[in-house]
Amino acid sequence: MGEFKVHRVRFFNYVPSGIRCVAYNNQSNRLAVSRTDGTVEIYNLSANYFQEKFFPGHESRATEALCWTEGQRLFSAGLNGEIVEYDLQALNVKYAMDAFGGPIWSMTASPSGSQLLVGCEDGSVKLFQITPDKIQFERNFDRQKSRILSLSWHPSGTHIAAGSIDYISVFDVKSGSAIHKMIVDRQYMGVSKRKCIVWGVAFLSDGTVISVDSAGKVQFWDSATGTLVKSHPIANADVLSIAVADQEDSFVVGTAEGTVFHFQLVSVTSNSSEKQWVRTKPFQHHTHDVRTVAHSPTALISGGTDTHLVIRPLMEKVEVKNYDAALRKITFPHRCLISCSKKRQLLLFQFAHHLELWRLGSTVATGKNGDILPLSKNADHLLHLKTKGPENIICSCISSCGSWIAYSTASRFFLYRLNYEHDNISLKRVSKMPAFLRSALQILFSEDSKKLFVASNQGSLHVIQLLEGSFKHLHAFQPQSGTVEAMCLLAVSPDGNWLAASGTSAGVHVYNVKQLKLHCTVPAYNFPVTALAIAPNTNNLVIAHSDQQVFEYSIPDKQYTEWSRAVQKQGFHHLWLQRDTPITHIGFHSKRPMHILLHDAYMFCIIDKSLPLPNDKTLLYNPLPPTSESDVVRRRTAHAFKISKIYKPLLFMELLDEGTLVAVERPLDDIIAQLPPPIKKKKFGT
Amino acid sequence: MAALEDEFTLSSGVLSAGPDGLLGVEQSNKTDQFLVTDRGRTVVLYKVSDQKPLGSWSVKQGQLITCSAVCNFQTGEYVVVHDNKVLRIWNNEDVNLDKVFKATLSAEVHKIHSVRGTEPVLLFKEGAVRGLEALLAEPQQEIEAVLSDGEVIRWTKLFMVFRHPVLIFITEKHGNYFVYVHMVNSHTLSKYTLLRGQEEKSVIQSFTASVDRKFISVMSLSSDGCVYETLIPVYPTDPEENQRVVSSLLLRAVVSGSAPSGVALTVLDRDHVAVLGSPLSASKECLSVWNIKFQTLQTSKELPQGTSGQLWYYGENLLMLHGQSLTVIPYKCEVSSLAGALGKLKHSHDPGIQVMPPFVNWEASQGDGLGSQHAEQPRRILRRRKIEVSSQPAVPPSKQLLTTIMKDSEKHIEMELRKFLAVKTPDFHAIVGDLVTGLLGRCQVEPSFCPRNCLVQLIQTHVLSYSLCPGLMEMAVKKTDVQLLQLCLQRFPDIPESVTCACLKIFLSIGDDSLHQAEIDMESVFDYGDSVQGDNVAAPVDVLQNGFSPEGDTCLSCCQEVPAKPQDAAAATPTCPVTPQRAALLNAILHSGYSEAFLLPHLKDIPAQHITCSENATMTLPGIHPPTLNQILDWICLLLDANFTVVVMIPEAKRLLISLYKFVKSQISVYSELNKIEVSFRELQKLNQEKNNRGLYSIEVLELF
Repeated sequence: MGEFKVHRVRFFNYVPSGIRCVAYNNQSNRLAVSRTDGTVEIYNLSANYFQEKFFPGHESRATEALCWTEGQRLFSAGLNGEIVEYDLQALNVKYAMDAFGGPIWSMTASPSGSQLLVGCEDGSVKLFQITPDKIQFERNFDRQKSRILSLSWHPSGTHIAAGSIDYISVFDVKSGSAIHKMIVDRQYMGVSKRKCIVWGVAFLSDGTVISVDSAGKVQFWDSATGTLVKSHPIANADVLSIAVADQEDSFVVGTAEGTVFHFQLVSVTSNSSEKQWVRTKPFQHHTHDVRTVAHSPTALISGGTDTHLVIRPLMEKVEVKNYDAALRKITFPHRCLISCSKKRQLLLFQFAHHLELWRLGSTVATGKNGDILPLSKNADHLLHLKTKGPENIICSCISSCGSWIAYSTASRFFLYRLNYEHDNISLKRVSKMPAFLRSALQILFSEDSKKLFVASNQGSLHVIQLLEGSFKHLHAFQPQSGTVEAMCLLAVSPDGNWLAASGTSAGVHVYNVKQLKLHCTVPAYNFPVTALAIAPNTNNLVIAHSDQQVFEYSIPDKQYTEWSRAVQKQGFHHLWLQRDTPITHIGFHSKRPMHILLHDAYMFCIIDKSLPLPNDKTLLYNPLPPTSESDVVRRRTAHAFKISKIYKPLLFMELLDEGTLVAVERPLDDIIAQLPPPIKKKKFGT
Repeated sequence: MAALEDEFTLSSGVLSAGPDGLLGVEQSNKTDQFLVTDRGRTVVLYKVSDQKPLGSWSVKQGQLITCSAVCNFQTGEYVVVHDNKVLRIWNNEDVNLDKVFKATLSAEVHKIHSVRGTEPVLLFKEGAVRGLEALLAEPQQEIEAVLSDGEVIRWTKLFMVFRHPVLIFITEKHGNYFVYVHMVNSHTLSKYTLLRGQEEKSVIQSFTASVDRKFISVMSLSSDGCVYETLIPVYPTDPEENQRVVSSLLLRAVVSGSAPSGVALTVLDRDHVAVLGSPLSASKECLSVWNIKFQTLQTSKELPQGTSGQLWYYGENLLMLHGQSLTVIPYKCEVSSLAGALGKLKHSHDPGIQVMPPFVNWEASQGDGLGSQHAEQPRRILRRRKIEVSSQPAVPPSKQLLTTIMKDSEKHIEMELRKFLAVKTPDFHAIVGDLVTGLLGRCQVEPSFCPRNCLVQLIQTHVLSYSLCPGLMEMAVKKTDVQLLQLCLQRFPDIPESVTCACLKIFLSIGDDSLHQAEIDMESVFDYGDSVQGDNVAAPVDVLQNGFSPEGDTCLSCCQEVPAKPQDAAAATPTCPVTPQRAALLNAILHSGYSEAFLLPHLKDIPAQHITCSENATMTLPGIHPPTLNQILDWICLLLDANFTVVVMIPEAKRLLISLYKFVKSQISVYSELNKIEVSFRELQKLNQEKNNRGLYSIEVLELF
């Protein structure tokens, strides 16, 4: 198959932000996740847990609460006191509205989804009416002494429970007055804490209020009488989050020790109708605070400071015991944060607020498989480019020649020209970007670095011609009438003639750049596109979907290629389909047109289209080199998928030239080392 | 770990604590109630859990309470003395102390003591001791003077020793301290002079004492800040004589001696003492808990408002006057595994046991004190030596003892021997050997003379060996004294194989009845002995399985190979065919040292029916000191080697041989599996090393196949 020199890069110092909130939407089976840096991500649980959308973070927009409302609208609220609605089509913030109650700590939508309730720092609980295009303040509830940290509606919509510091209030929605105040015990195991913070409440339809607090208790209250019914001390540290299943037969809580406890309503004896809440299962998938939990009909979802999103299917709720019933742990974003300049061997790393440009090292030595070659030149950190303003970077790109760098935040687009003089580099910003180029979802340079393609969040695609130090706007491909769906993936053919663009749901559009018109649309597929690329010479468009299917579409012929049809006819190997991270990048070998390079977080694969496809009986992944086997055996067992799992977690992989690969890894240990230390737990008694 | 919990204060409104603190705090007949007597006129009954007083009684203006009120545990009444001579007895319902029972005594009372299980005992200032009932029968009875002029009682305490009250009090005269031990029931009083070594110049500031079967351990806190311990026998050897006791240093410099309000010391439990005073480094007063076993400070608590230098400990509460209020600090000492482990380590000092057996029964040896009690044996022997016999004989004591051995009665010899052993002599080894030979010599001459207790004592000194007294074991073998033999096997490092074999023969052949009568150290089969009373043997099997599990494997193979025999599986669970007494004896043999070459010929002489018995036994003997697996296996191998032809012939041995065979087979299969995966483990290790070596950037070669 071939021998490669692999630049194994581990200096991409990327640390994902901790997860603050998750919100599950039952109708669309989507999960919204907000992180501590304000980023909001949308995961499609039906599409193999693919992260299909994201909204870039903002320094001042620390999200404290996230909720879905009627019509699958997504709202967030945070410590800057604003309620934000997100536009899930255009992938931008629709509007932000100040609630005028100081920092917002909690938010919840009414059971009908037509009203929004926020709990503020000043102790006020505010009710908002959701109108078709905005939200409208309706009224305040009785103001409380201290901040409202958690809120929950009664399923009938008549009452709400609000958790504060040291007490829980129950409000009547009609009158807006507090009808009960339930004081939470500060003491826990004889230790009196200064305050007991009610981190979460849940209102059940039978009137029970479940609270979780900083003293490590899960407590059941009778809201009719305002009395404590039962108390479960479950942790020595705070219990931070709670989520109840829609059927109200189970709920889940997360603690600061990283443990998630599952509570279920079970019969006291096997035949009796009397039921009680029992702590059934503890899960320890996190090392740090579990800041938030969600309960989908079939799974427990949790996230926290350790940045992992954990989806733990409930085995008793899963009907088909297939691979979907396995635990999912999502750590890395499902998009590419790295671009590379093949000619100058440069890597551009995208962080939340800065870019880093590195030049790869070199070696003159050669070796055999597995050798680590002595470096004649180490990798250099060339550039550290900080963004201006509080917004996170959405996307970035470096041109193939290394002379251009472009990046975009939610409101500004930046283009830089780089000059290399021996070891010095100079950076010059291209000023006066046109007004329509305010924000980009994806940026791409053509192979010859003469053109720049920008996918804006209005759904249009801009083609810009780059000149020495300036630019010229050539054309804007407007979205088809009636759709506003933003394009988030772009691919350009190496000859510069074809541009492919994909949104989150509609098919892939292919444009002719020479004639500046839409060439064709690849038929829409059920699952979102995770990566796409156009092969040199043949101009075949390779598309990877979140269900792990890979298609090859011939642009000139406007049809799927023979190989793609053959693959679809035979089907992919079952192990290939069971991978749980999406393919995030596709590359090609300039000298070997039959080869396609793909990678996800845990493997990379070179598909050799000339070889037979593997069927389910053949071994898909064989890590061991053939030793004593004869050539005949090797040829018989050889198949098209050449997989390597050496590099993981793999964030980026690209072919620099025929014999050189660059692999960017981000070991989990390095991320953990940068997280705050977890709560120390004793492993052994004294 | 010993720990002090959060303190709390008892409301002090009714108390008038003077600068000298309180007169006393005594237990009431309910567990968390205490009688607090101040230096004025008031007695208050506190309930600790409620942190408030339940009742308060005062004497009339002009009267003064002179000793702290106590509760008579037998009647539930309270007893107090005011104005030195006036005794008052009342109960909870009484309101006014003026109207309650009154008795005027003829002498001044120093203190009333009351502990559970006996009537209150009064100690008079002149040193006389009376029970309350006897006193009330005739209040004006004459009270004799025991103490000499100028002798002042410094500290007193009442103990229950084997259900008999024992009052100990310490007096001082011209800087000399005297300890009196008064047996209240028998009215025997023994006096000891407290000899103090290098700390002579310092003043003793506080005393405390605990009783430990035969000895009262008096601890004193001196003005040099150190804690000294003195051991005083409860039952004096010679009550008439004035004996001397020596104090030894226990803890060095726990407090600075110059505390403004004095220091206090109290024993919490066997290993812990509480010290109240200011530590050397700080000026503030502190309550600290010290572990005397490890000489470590366990915990301490600052008492910034100062104390009166008084400390009481009842139940689990430490009481003291902190500032103006009575403060309670609960003290907890949970059994910690470290202490358990260290306690167990003492076993390994016993000769004959080289290593801890791999299948130790942790529960059995940790939880209850039986193991550790045994562990203390050597320490106590050492301490006993500290008591000096005051009468210094002119002849060397060993010579004197030898002559007694030749002439005197058994009882006398025993007593003399005890005295001798308590004193350390330079040529101890040789003298002990001489003594044993002397004893044995007299045994041979006089067949009726049997100084067993003396011999046991001598063996337990750990200095004897077989070569020092070759006749001893021979005599024991002749008399079939299994207890002595067991002791010898445990203590002697150099027993010839022929004697070991002779012991084995005796142990196997001796009747069960005579075994039951013998006093055998059952420690090695402790666990087994417990369970054998219940159902035959169930628990010990698990213990053995910690080391290896032939049972599990054989069961499995049984089921696979002979599915038609259910009773086989039942038989596979081994039951010990011998009594625990015999098992203990056999364990002693297993523990003893031997050389194969010398042992083998002697083993051949063992009768055949005994072989199966012993082999069965060796496989099922757990306990605190079970023999190691290797010891057992070596013995089995030796026995089989020596008697193979015989064993093969006996039908009873067949099952044993089968189980042995299966055991060996299972072991072999385990080892072969381990061998197989060894390579994988090595690879894993290598991979781990590689992973750690990688840096941030490297260029590697990759070949895809």
